[in-house]
Amino acid sequence: MSRRFTPKVVTANHLLDGDAIWLTADDRWTRNMCEAELIEDEAHADLRLLFAAGQKSVVVGAYLADAIAGPNGPEPTHFREDFRTKGPSNYAHGKQVELQ
Amino acid sequence: MYTYNDFDEAFVRTRVAQFADQVERRISGVLPEDEFRPLRLMNGLYLQLHAYMLRVAIPYGTLNSRQMRQLAHIAQTYDKGYGHFTTRQNIQYNWPKLKDVPQILSDLADVEMHALQTSGNTIRNVTADHFAGAAADEIEDPRPTAELLRQWSTDHPEFQFLPRKFKIAVSGAVHDRAVTLAHDIGVRIVRNDAGEVGYQIIVGGGLGRTPMVGKIIKDWLPKADLLPYVEAVVSVWNLLGRRDNKYKARIKITVFENGLEEFSRLVEDRFAVIRPTFSGVDQELLAEIWSHFATPAYLNAPIDGYLDRLNRDGAFRAWVDTNIAAHKVDSYAIVTVSTKKHGNTPGDVTDAQMRALADIGETYGHDELRISHEQNVILPHVHRSNLPAVYDALRQIDMATANVGLISDIIACPGMDYCALATARSIPVAQEIALRFEALKLEHEVGPLKIKISGCINACGHHHVGHIGILGLDRAGVENYQITLGGDGTEDTVIGEKTGPGFSYETITDAIERIVMTYLSLRTSAEETFLQAYRRVGMAPFKAALYEEAKAHAAE
Ligand code: SF4
Repeated sequence: MSRRFTPKVVTANHLLDGDAIWLTADDRWTRNMCEAELIEDEAHADLRLLFAAGQKSVVVGAYLADAIAGPNGPEPTHFREDFRTKGPSNYAHGKQVELQ
Repeated sequence: MYTYNDFDEAFVRTRVAQFADQVERRISGVLPEDEFRPLRLMNGLYLQLHAYMLRVAIPYGTLNSRQMRQLAHIAQTYDKGYGHFTTRQNIQYNWPKLKDVPQILSDLADVEMHALQTSGNTIRNVTADHFAGAAADEIEDPRPTAELLRQWSTDHPEFQFLPRKFKIAVSGAVHDRAVTLAHDIGVRIVRNDAGEVGYQIIVGGGLGRTPMVGKIIKDWLPKADLLPYVEAVVSVWNLLGRRDNKYKARIKITVFENGLEEFSRLVEDRFAVIRPTFSGVDQELLAEIWSHFATPAYLNAPIDGYLDRLNRDGAFRAWVDTNIAAHKVDSYAIVTVSTKKHGNTPGDVTDAQMRALADIGETYGHDELRISHEQNVILPHVHRSNLPAVYDALRQIDMATANVGLISDIIACPGMDYCALATARSIPVAQEIALRFEALKLEHEVGPLKIKISGCINACGHHHVGHIGILGLDRAGVENYQITLGGDGTEDTVIGEKTGPGFSYETITDAIERIVMTYLSLRTSAEETFLQAYRRVGMAPFKAALYEEAKAHAAE
């Protein structure tokens, strides 16, 4: 049975500070997930992941994460990815304050 | 406490220099991540959800004030002003930048600390009873033994690529506060029938995916045989251990699959070969190590001021009741400083608090501090006349919470707020439970109750041995919390029993409240603790409270 492809974003951690980052359509890395490229096609996703994995001196551990289109751009579907867009819940640290 | 000799100093400095070079090559792009990753892990550097995390070893949980101040300096300079004390008596920094890590390691080396072997498939930081050297029920201080094991295992050429990580805990007291039965090897200092002090060796304990209570492999081992015997155990496992399956690689599975008898036979064979190669140098070393653990120069002072304060200050008395343990010297006390003020993150201490704790330890505690696996800070030697001053100083830094051993003294691992392996959060669950019982004003009435929370099956939060254990899971993309009851991490270690289906993030605190209310309604008296009551009545009433009443409500 072939699985239906669900939309994805390419995400990784930044090499220098470990922060969560996402790949944009114009080959930049953004700390703001809503600027990421939402990938709807499996073959294209594989290509984008290969591109990301090649950026060895910028990012660590690139992978494809599920996402959906939201009003301002891609949004996470899983709570783990959601935390990566915000930071921890016990302190106002990380993206929830840095992206303000 | 142990101080580095020239060899230790040179070794740690060399490792720092090597890692500085590796980081530089990683940043410049010469070293790819695949090659860098094992190198950073050897230096305790992880990559977590939002940032790097540096895990620093605090050998057997012992610190002096100078070291505590340096931990504060690191928290303030390179992190966000706090550190997280873990269940393995380590400290973790959650926000270091890669380029700063070599400098952090160098700062640590300045106070004889490091992050070596806090990760990877090696023998990890050796842990010990946090009341070591002070407890009234102690047979012998376990720290010299732990230090001997630490020196033997650090950079041991045979044991750098073990099938999995390997954890050793040492206890020297009648009551086991080091959870030795849940370690790969537990070492207990015991007396034999002739009254001689030696070691009882336990193997194959461990929590995680397949929790197992360790088994006694040697009832009494002469002291001089410790290193060859432990080396025999590790090397038998190193050969037999399953490298094909990470979940079956721990020694608990090896012992289980081969049987204790067969495993023990192999260890004896190996021991017979190894023992003659230990010429006694290790015993000379141990004797030298002992000289670093001299008993403090105890004070002799009147304690009238303390008794007077006890009589007139209820809050002070409550704190003494919960946070003070018996010291082997009557006029002394062991103080447990709770990091768990209601609503705080268990184990988190700010740089300002660390500095103040260092000052308190230096002024009133013979310059000794400890970190407990329950994520609290211990002042092991405080003369009772100084307890009021210590209490007042702790109040100044908001660390005088009188809750040690109570329901809000929760162990919680970092969980999905930080940890890349997590399947659910644990910190906010701990915060909410603590706040709930504070609001209900029931904490002291409930009495001794240990809640332990892990954010995944790896069980860093020791949930299996919590009187109430909580395990956070990911069930179809939603956080779900499985409860176990009746676990116990003492000398009678028991793995808790699952209650049934898990609870959502929104309902887990209610579920815990129902369990506690059920206990209060069925205990025979206020003297019957939660654990005793559970052992008497079993799971049924708690199950009914959790599931049948919930069903009845739903049907209404
Ligand atoms: S138990 Fe799991 S979530 Fe918690 S710290 Fe350990 S690995 Fe991370």
